[in-house]
Amino acid sequence: MPIIDVRNLHKRYGDKVVLDDVSFSVDEGEIFGILGPNGAGKTTTVECVEGLRVPDGGTISVLGLDPRRDRAELRENLGAQLQESALPGRLRAGEALRLYASFYRESADPDELLDMLGIADQRDTQFRRLSGGQKQRLSIALALVGLPRVAVLDELTTGLDPQARRTTWDLIERVRDSGVTIVLVTHFMDEAERLCDRLALVDGGRIAALDTPGGLVAGAGLEQRMSFRAPADLDERALSALPEVASLHRTGSQVRITGQGNLVYAVTAALARDRVVAEDLRVERSSLDDAFVALTGNGLPS
Amino acid sequence: MSPPPTPRRKGPTVSTVSALRHLIATEVKLVLREPMTLGFGMLLPTVILLGLGSVPVLREPAADFGGVRFIDTFAPTALILGMGVLGIQHLPSVLATYRENGVLRRMSTTPVHPGLVLAAQLIAVVAAVFASSALLVLTAWLVLDVPLPRQPLLFTAAFLVGTASLVALGVLAAALAPSTRVANGLSMALYLVVMLVGGLFLPRIFMPDVLVRLGEVTPPGVQLLLDSWSGGADASGTGPLAQLAIMAVIAAVAAAAAAKLFRWE
Repeated sequence: MPIIDVRNLHKRYGDKVVLDDVSFSVDEGEIFGILGPNGAGKTTTVECVEGLRVPDGGTISVLGLDPRRDRAELRENLGAQLQESALPGRLRAGEALRLYASFYRESADPDELLDMLGIADQRDTQFRRLSGGQKQRLSIALALVGLPRVAVLDELTTGLDPQARRTTWDLIERVRDSGVTIVLVTHFMDEAERLCDRLALVDGGRIAALDTPGGLVAGAGLEQRMSFRAPADLDERALSALPEVASLHRTGSQVRITGQGNLVYAVTAALARDRVVAEDLRVERSSLDDAFVALTGNGLPS
Repeated sequence: MSPPPTPRRKGPTVSTVSALRHLIATEVKLVLREPMTLGFGMLLPTVILLGLGSVPVLREPAADFGGVRFIDTFAPTALILGMGVLGIQHLPSVLATYRENGVLRRMSTTPVHPGLVLAAQLIAVVAAVFASSALLVLTAWLVLDVPLPRQPLLFTAAFLVGTASLVALGVLAAALAPSTRVANGLSMALYLVVMLVGGLFLPRIFMPDVLVRLGEVTPPGVQLLLDSWSGGADASGTGPLAQLAIMAVIAAVAAAAAAKLFRWE
């Protein structure tokens, strides 16, 4: 039984169709990614799930609740970190967290939360004086202070430096390990690949593909490439005959192979059978980036 | 198959009163941390009055001032200065910023309605107006011998209804403005009108008659504040009541329009 179930979601603003028959479900304990370029409909999708927008058609169930009808109950159980949402500039981090804790019937201990997010030293710092990364972490803390079952995090690491992004990723994994199901909206491939158990690729208001990051790459049917150095007595024909291998080139001791499917396993197994030692084995993995282009016909702005 | 995930169901939701109490405590702190608001809205009126009161000639009854002390006629103007800074400059600016920066949106993801943060800010501002005005009236009385309002009931009524009319106009400006910049522009224009009529730029005793008459109908009702302070209001006549009624109607209409038209995003 999924914790979030979205069926045939439709939404238009005026003449512009923003969501066109979007369906997906999220299992408890997952980090579920919604990935796509800007303007693809990612934020609108999660805003419908959060009950901030009313879809024109389709059904949404979060923990068996209807985001519109069971508004109050949903808000007790779903924490949301919104894109570009500030706090009053002179409010201190600790005050903000204690204030938000007072909105929920059950809440996390604000001080423990600040500790866990690594901003305990900023407890008495006013919001306007926090760095970008600290603001984001406070924002996550506010989304978690009501002890939600589900947390929706929208464009979490946009604008953060690489170090702060990695720290934030570690944090998300710890939040998931504490039992919170996470919906992560992002337009960063590396973020999705690193964090998400499953991913919905959204493009032009539709779901272009939905799978694990590895499954998306494999499903895109992209060519794989590998290379290694082999001794002179390598039986090239045996390798070329493998169904996974599309081409094989040899230059001196250097062998380059392209192919599909379970290429790396097929080739290494064949080499092992013939007791050939492949040195300096390299595999060029197709990235989620490549898969996205293959699945949607267009790329992400990097 | 695992059982379906269900929401936690423990205890009643947080009451509106409890959430509002926390929000008011926060908004009061925020008002006190805003140096411009604190300085211009709460201290400046008293400082100006004390400054003018330090000039001996303004403390003596003079024919130029209609046979009364200048400082007595200027006290209500100083009062309105603080009311205006707080009610129609600070308030719309903060409300519009809360909308523009996503403070309201973030609140709307919690069980508490974002309208409560607006209510809390409004209450904090009204409290600041009361504090600023009490400081002014008491300082004027203790330091400058400006008598306490001679018609205290009428003065209190005029002050309350006048504050309500100003604050309602401030909220209306914030409700209508599509951005913080427009809200600030609107509130500045409103403020200038209020202060012109209130006698900040040209003391009311030197004003053309038409501006003086405007002071009877322009929030917050400077004429009635002046009259009831100096004891010159005809308490048995309909004039004061009509002025009170006008301010009350302005307050009610502006508040209703603001509630109806408020842009949440």
